Amino acid sequence: MKILVCLGQVPDTTSKISFSDNNTKFNSSGVQFIIGPYDEYALSKAIDLREAKGGTVTVISVGLVDTEPTIRKALAIGADDAVRIDSEPVDALFVATQIANYAKDKGFDMILTGRESIDYNGGLVHGMIGELLGLPSVSPAMKLDLEGDKAIIYREIEGGKEVLEVPLPFVAGCQEPIAEWKIPNMRGIMSAKSKPLAVIPADNSSQVIVHSGFELPIGRTTCKMIDANNVDELVSLLKNEAKVI
Amino acid sequence: MSVLIYLETAEGKLKKSSIEAAAYGAEVAKKLGTNAEAVYVGVEPTGIAEAGQYGVQKVYHISNAELATFNIQAYSAAVSEMANKTNADILIVAKSASADAIVSRISISLKADVVTNVVELPDTSAGFKVKRAIFTGKAFAQAELKSSKKILVLRKNAISPQVSGSDASVESVSVTIPASSLVVKTKEVNKASGQVLLPEAEIVVSGGRGLKGPENWGIIEDLAKTLHAATGCSKPVSDMDWRPHHEHVGQTGVKVSPNLYIAVGISGAIQHLAGVNSSRCIVVINKDSEAPFFKAADYGIVGDAFEVLPKLNEAFKKVL
Repeated sequence: MKILVCLGQVPDTTSKISFSDNNTKFNSSGVQFIIGPYDEYALSKAIDLREAKGGTVTVISVGLVDTEPTIRKALAIGADDAVRIDSEPVDALFVATQIANYAKDKGFDMILTGRESIDYNGGLVHGMIGELLGLPSVSPAMKLDLEGDKAIIYREIEGGKEVLEVPLPFVAGCQEPIAEWKIPNMRGIMSAKSKPLAVIPADNSSQVIVHSGFELPIGRTTCKMIDANNVDELVSLLKNEAKVI
Repeated sequence: MSVLIYLETAEGKLKKSSIEAAAYGAEVAKKLGTNAEAVYVGVEPTGIAEAGQYGVQKVYHISNAELATFNIQAYSAAVSEMANKTNADILIVAKSASADAIVSRISISLKADVVTNVVELPDTSAGFKVKRAIFTGKAFAQAELKSSKKILVLRKNAISPQVSGSDASVESVSVTIPASSLVVKTKEVNKASGQVLLPEAEIVVSGGRGLKGPENWGIIEDLAKTLHAATGCSKPVSDMDWRPHHEHVGQTGVKVSPNLYIAVGISGAIQHLAGVNSSRCIVVINKDSEAPFFKAADYGIVGDAFEVLPKLNEAFKKVL
């Protein structure tokens, strides 16, 4: 089983988001970066599959050199080797194009990504890779089992799930509870330092979407407290003040 | 040149999110001086003509038998072909489990720029810019699209639809579906029927660990029934299997934008708030007066859920 896992680096889920330079740039000062939480489900599932069936797990990430600690963490968790495409991950099409270019002649049995990144929440990369390579894509995948040359994938839908039979190779965007996150142990952390991390240049041919004019939402200012013995007042406020019922 | 809107139905009706997409698409078409047309794929077209009431001139119903069940690749191919046939420059799609899975593939085949989580009508005064939510609603950005074809995926409440016309004419069409796009087989679809779907709901009642166990969910369900609301839950609750994962609201679960979100026994971790921050009004009921959720709420009650909820349910019944 040869598996490619696509990882992105994102601000920690508890980060306070702010912008600098007159709201033109993301302010990364004091922000802790992590492997995208959904991407980490993809990585964990890939490692489970390798442990059960043998094979290799390669991680690929589009990012500058400052993302290498995040990639090393994926190696510490258990990936066998890593590839870094040396560029800012400017938009979904750019990232998908780089990954599809890398994967097209490598014979991967599956390509796993997170269902979406938690910075731009696009949820586009898996489907784009699928279309670029002419492979089926499934997202969000919440359960994945192999049966011969097919995978049985549970895809979450509104109010339930679909059970799909998907021939290999395929692309899947993963989410919980597809696998349990893994905590790197000391041996993993030590061996990660010597595992191969190839750096390859980016193909800069695609046109990108430019983001500017960042702003923060207007927060809620005050919470009106209502006595627990006076629920009628809450109902009346929702009806007459907030006008939501 | 035209605007094409992707429609979905649920339980024999046009989905609310699709009504928003229709109204949004009609406004964009008006801005650009062109027509708004819509496309529906599948075998349950009841309700699709209603898109006309929101300004759509015509609805194409792709009725191929092999598209009776949703299939990511085949639906992508069908919508792409329809976009080409109608010379659509802009495809408008409302965020949903199916739409999310197909827009990425359509964007590649149409060579279109795609922007998700769109929250407002585009600014077409100079170029084409549109405001989108990023960081799970913790911020917004203006996205500038330069490609000639564009796909906009709308977040809920990107527009308030107003009825402006009558039903649209519906034309049944069939498209060519390559066999290579039908390799994924759907074995089973398990879907709760008769329930209000969480992403579509105008009111959501969510429970957290404060409810102490799945056996206590009756008080959440009773209140939801009174309010015609969907039920949701916090991440620990779905992690412990008290509730199914599709009810998990938060950063790594469903993001909701209802008019009213009632959180019961949920402390309000930042990851949960990320899933609810675009709700119009938030009510928090928690016995811990220090729960961080109160800082992100409009109305709060400090009290025991098991006492407050039944009383609140009765109070709602009196006025609804």
